[in-house]
Amino acid sequence: MDKNIILSIKNLDITFRTNAGNIHAIRGVDLNLPKGKTVALVGESGSGKSVTMKSAVGLLDSNSIINSGKILYRTSEEKIIDLLSLTKKELRQNINGKNIAMVFQDPMTSLDPTMQIGEQIMEGMFIHKKISKSEAREKTLELLKLVGIVDAENRMKNYPHQLSGGMRQRIVIAIALSCEPKILICDEPTTALDVTIQAKILNLIQDIQNKMDLSVIYITHDLGVVAKVADYVNVMYAGKIIETGTVDEIFFDPRHPYTWGLLSAMPDLETDDDRLYSIPGSPPNLLHEPKGDAFAARNKFAMKIDEKKEPPMFQITETHFAATWLLHPDAPKIELPKELKLRLERAGKAAKI
Amino acid sequence: MNEPLLKVENLHQHFEISRNFKIKAVNGVSFEIYPGETYGLVGESGSGKTTIGRSIIRLYDPTEGQIYFNYKKISGNLSHKTQRMLRKNMQMIFQDPMSSLNPRKKIGDIIGEGLDIHGLYSNLKERNKIIGDILQKVGLSPAHAQRYPHQFSGGQRQRVGIARALVMNPKLIIADECISALDVSIQAQVVNLMKDIQDDTQCAYLFIAHDLSMVKYISDRIGVLHKGYLVETGTTKEIFSNPLHPYTKSLLSAVPLPNPRIEKNRQLINYNLETDYQNCILSKITETHFVLN
Ligand SMILES: Nc1ncnc2c1ncn2[C@@H]1O[C@H](COP(=O)(O)OP(=O)(O)OP(=O)(O)O)[C@@H](O)[C@H]1O
Ligand SMILES: Nc1ncnc2c1ncn2[C@@H]1O[C@H](COP(=O)(O)OP(=O)(O)OP(=O)(O)O)[C@@H](O)[C@H]1O
Ligand SMILES: [Mg+2]
Ligand SMILES: [Mg+2]
Repeated sequence: MDKNIILSIKNLDITFRTNAGNIHAIRGVDLNLPKGKTVALVGESGSGKSVTMKSAVGLLDSNSIINSGKILYRTSEEKIIDLLSLTKKELRQNINGKNIAMVFQDPMTSLDPTMQIGEQIMEGMFIHKKISKSEAREKTLELLKLVGIVDAENRMKNYPHQLSGGMRQRIVIAIALSCEPKILICDEPTTALDVTIQAKILNLIQDIQNKMDLSVIYITHDLGVVAKVADYVNVMYAGKIIETGTVDEIFFDPRHPYTWGLLSAMPDLETDDDRLYSIPGSPPNLLHEPKGDAFAARNKFAMKIDEKKEPPMFQITETHFAATWLLHPDAPKIELPKELKLRLERAGKAAKI
Repeated sequence: MNEPLLKVENLHQHFEISRNFKIKAVNGVSFEIYPGETYGLVGESGSGKTTIGRSIIRLYDPTEGQIYFNYKKISGNLSHKTQRMLRKNMQMIFQDPMSSLNPRKKIGDIIGEGLDIHGLYSNLKERNKIIGDILQKVGLSPAHAQRYPHQFSGGQRQRVGIARALVMNPKLIIADECISALDVSIQAQVVNLMKDIQDDTQCAYLFIAHDLSMVKYISDRIGVLHKGYLVETGTTKEIFSNPLHPYTKSLLSAVPLPNPRIEKNRQLINYNLETDYQNCILSKITETHFVLN
């Protein structure tokens, strides 16, 4: 593992057992998080983003089977640990919270409905830090203010159901930040937040990142958020990373047809069409794994080989890779879809590249 | 114009947390929604959007004000008959999908519950077909009916909530951040579906969201909420091309773009006026456009 990498997922492969059969949800995921950087994980709903990151904190559902893989974590003493080899108890005691904190997608699932939110924020601090009650209280008030909760003194005494959706989301973020973790994993952290508060939260995380060398993974479908915070982007489709690169490479020079679709579907305020663009077709059913490239059925540029063989990752630059046969030296040259080409040109012009 | 389907008049909703802490979530909000229309409700986190939705569908007792739906008064005490009418004709898609889905029930039964109560099918085969069809329409598959809520991804769960509301063919759907957990492509699919269903059935939507680009796309009219007050309302065109209230302006300035070079350097206009809206009045700009000042 490279010196600058703090978390590295290697060939992760996970199946879920269900009544209807086995679902091969994660099919060989590789992902690197460089220290102090921000990595975004994007992709279609159901593609496996949450499951991938939940496996790092030992919170997979009980019907899961990890077929293979490693999740390597570099401790502050430069020791490398495979998180998948730890028991749930070891993870809870030594890793979760103080080393790796995760903000879950559905805030209600990680909040205790019977406990005041002030207590819930303090709880983690008591477990992981030697801290007095009054210090914890001070810190909690400060955190609440930082995440934009006004009237924090009173709000501490609220129960989760007495808060708005976006407030709950911010409480979960405050809990994650309370133990000053080394890695922060945020699963759709700002979906319920309006743009102003979203910006406040993203700036807050960036500040902490600059001060304490925090490394962050954002799972998000909001490409505006990705554009704002990410250094690197990983695009996931049907349980695999199909394109990875720096944020500029993904936004200005995307190579995988799925990434093209994703960028095309983003409405900018200029879109005035009667219908929004959505990628045709539906994701493959991982109960019956597709042969060949999982995206082939929805890809209008698909070739014969796509139906037979999964494409490997082709390298484009030092940092940019994509898994599509279109990048094979023998593949025919194709034109980007016209709409997207115009859009990329617009984006390029706006950014004055 | 015809009669409004929903009429909210001077709605106040307050919560007393303790003797000296009262949350005034909604303060004198009025608006109407016509059949076949989509009214977008936007505003910052905590501004009272969900509360308005929950008051309308009568999960809360309004502190003050009246609500009319389908030519009937639905605030105050409800007769059994009105309750039943309400439960059939008004559906809410909840913001927090996990806590609105019974964890012990299969998805098929969650979606089928309303159908069961109101007897909206003639046999089991028809029931399963209705459920399978709606699952497919929201981009899931009929086989998903056999799974439990926790066995889904966040966005899949959100679509279960959407399917549960749509399957009832209601007259009004209150959609609370109903596409926020979906990627753009599936957002587009769901929004297109909602539009199609509206064209077919003339149902109306109260579309609560913070994503202005989607709101712009789906809404006929928009209301902007700030601290429990409706600070501006108008047609989508009026709000986007001639925003008058400073809060509306700040909201529009903040729409993030999918462009890293721009987003990384953007400074936000932060509207944090300590105004007290208590003594403000809604003034009329056009027949449809009103602003609080
Ligand atoms: N406990 C489970 N049992 C069976 N299938 C599961 C379970 N948990 C997740 N899945 C399936 O695994 C796939 C990946 O789920 P995951 O939650 O990682 O998706 P996601 O990329 O986070 O999507 P979203 O953007 O909608 O949150 C989905 O198809 C989901 O239905
Ligand atoms: N059941 C309740 N008891 C007490 N207070 C409540 C309750 N429901 C909502 N509130 C309070 O009412 C205010 C408005 O909340 P609401 O959920 O309507 O906001 P919102 O506009 O939907 O915000 P968001 O975008 O974050 O979901 C908040 O201050 C919240 O704490
Ligand atoms: Mg997820
Ligand atoms: Mg809400």
